[in-house]
Amino acid sequence: MNERNEDNLLSEEQRRYATWLQWGARSGLVMLIVTFIAYVAGWLTPHVPLEQLPSVWGLPVEEYLKKTGAPTGWSWLSDLAQGDFASLIGIAWLSASSLFCLFAVLPIYFKRRDWVFVVLCISALVVQLLAASGMLVAGK
Amino acid sequence: MLNMFSQRLNGARIEAILLFMMLAMFTAGAYASDAATTIALPWWGWALALFFTCFVLGIVAVPSGVGGGVLFVPIVGGFFPFHLDFVRGAGLLVALASSLAAGPSLMRAGLADLRLALPLAVLASASAIAGALVGLAIPSNVVQIALGLTILGIVVLMATAKKSEFPVVPVADKLSIALSMHGYFRDTAQNRVIAWKVHRTPLGVFLFVLIGFIGGLFGVGAGWANLPVLNLLMGAPIKLAAGTSGLILTLASSSATWVYLNEGSVLAVIAVPSVIGMMLGAMIGARLLHVLKASVVRKMVITLLLFAGMRALLKGMGVWP
Repeated sequence: MNERNEDNLLSEEQRRYATWLQWGARSGLVMLIVTFIAYVAGWLTPHVPLEQLPSVWGLPVEEYLKKTGAPTGWSWLSDLAQGDFASLIGIAWLSASSLFCLFAVLPIYFKRRDWVFVVLCISALVVQLLAASGMLVAGK
Repeated sequence: MLNMFSQRLNGARIEAILLFMMLAMFTAGAYASDAATTIALPWWGWALALFFTCFVLGIVAVPSGVGGGVLFVPIVGGFFPFHLDFVRGAGLLVALASSLAAGPSLMRAGLADLRLALPLAVLASASAIAGALVGLAIPSNVVQIALGLTILGIVVLMATAKKSEFPVVPVADKLSIALSMHGYFRDTAQNRVIAWKVHRTPLGVFLFVLIGFIGGLFGVGAGWANLPVLNLLMGAPIKLAAGTSGLILTLASSSATWVYLNEGSVLAVIAVPSVIGMMLGAMIGARLLHVLKASVVRKMVITLLLFAGMRALLKGMGVWP
């Protein structure tokens, strides 16, 4: 099952996972910085003006959302022209980096008929997708 | 001889500078927390203060061997005017970005092992989601009190826990054999290939569920707990445990980050300066590793956490609002 030995220390899936993780993290950081500069430089007008933030960022999230009308879930995707929501692209991308890696290594486990890790990989994907879906909501 | 003396002198100087920066951060933070409601500091002033604070935290996080998240949440939550809901969202992102940055090179060096990480990460991710949901559902003063107690617990753990470079694992347990949790890595310091296996996996799995929950609940990541469980309990060599801990964190933190993001608890103006400051600081911290005395920095961090934990506890109890 496990193809590693003293001469071949890294498995194929470990190499592939590392490569995808590296590209996911790098591209996510670039997105994070570029969109944040566009936000604070005023190139993209924010939903909540930057000057107003100090009066609302001390509120609990529920009150903040009520007062500013900011969206929850994936609704921000339809308002990407607004700087504060555009900045969330990099954050979402960084959070999704592990998802890409899991999708990338799943075929290796399938090919090797390593069913335990096929199940583990699919379970990890389900957990990540469930978290990302926005279906799980905290009830106050 | 002269070089060694000069290097020690440099190390002592840097430690003194770090101590000064941390004292300045504390004084400014304690003052700001009392005056936050009355001082009309512009948004960029807070963003810069946050960047500077995270830069210092990033420098000390590497040599002290703790993740950025566990330092970030109690300190920023205690001394900045942001609500804890947003601080926790940013804290998870800080933990995620730090582990993502280090993950690929650690995996390529064989110091973060996918077969060891994946089974534990699946459970830690699921419980981190539960922790995040609970954390956003309960009143913030309750979270503050629980956070304060947890941070004080971490202080005790950091002050007392020992490390074992190559723990003895007489026999691998059945679960770890079934999951092929064994392998090899090259220890470049000793220039030899180390074979490793683990034991006590069922108890380790249970503890990872608990750690994931706490990480999601407080947004503190989980490097502080992953490492002793992997190293002292399960018997993974210390370098492999440290690297694999980061890999587990990439999955557990990202699942909890999604919850905070979907609930609207991630503000870019708080999260982005924190992530960039912490990552730049961590780069400097990694370069200073050979001149800084890790034990001195570790003591500084323990003191910092002790103060931040007390602050969170007193803030939650309304004694020091």
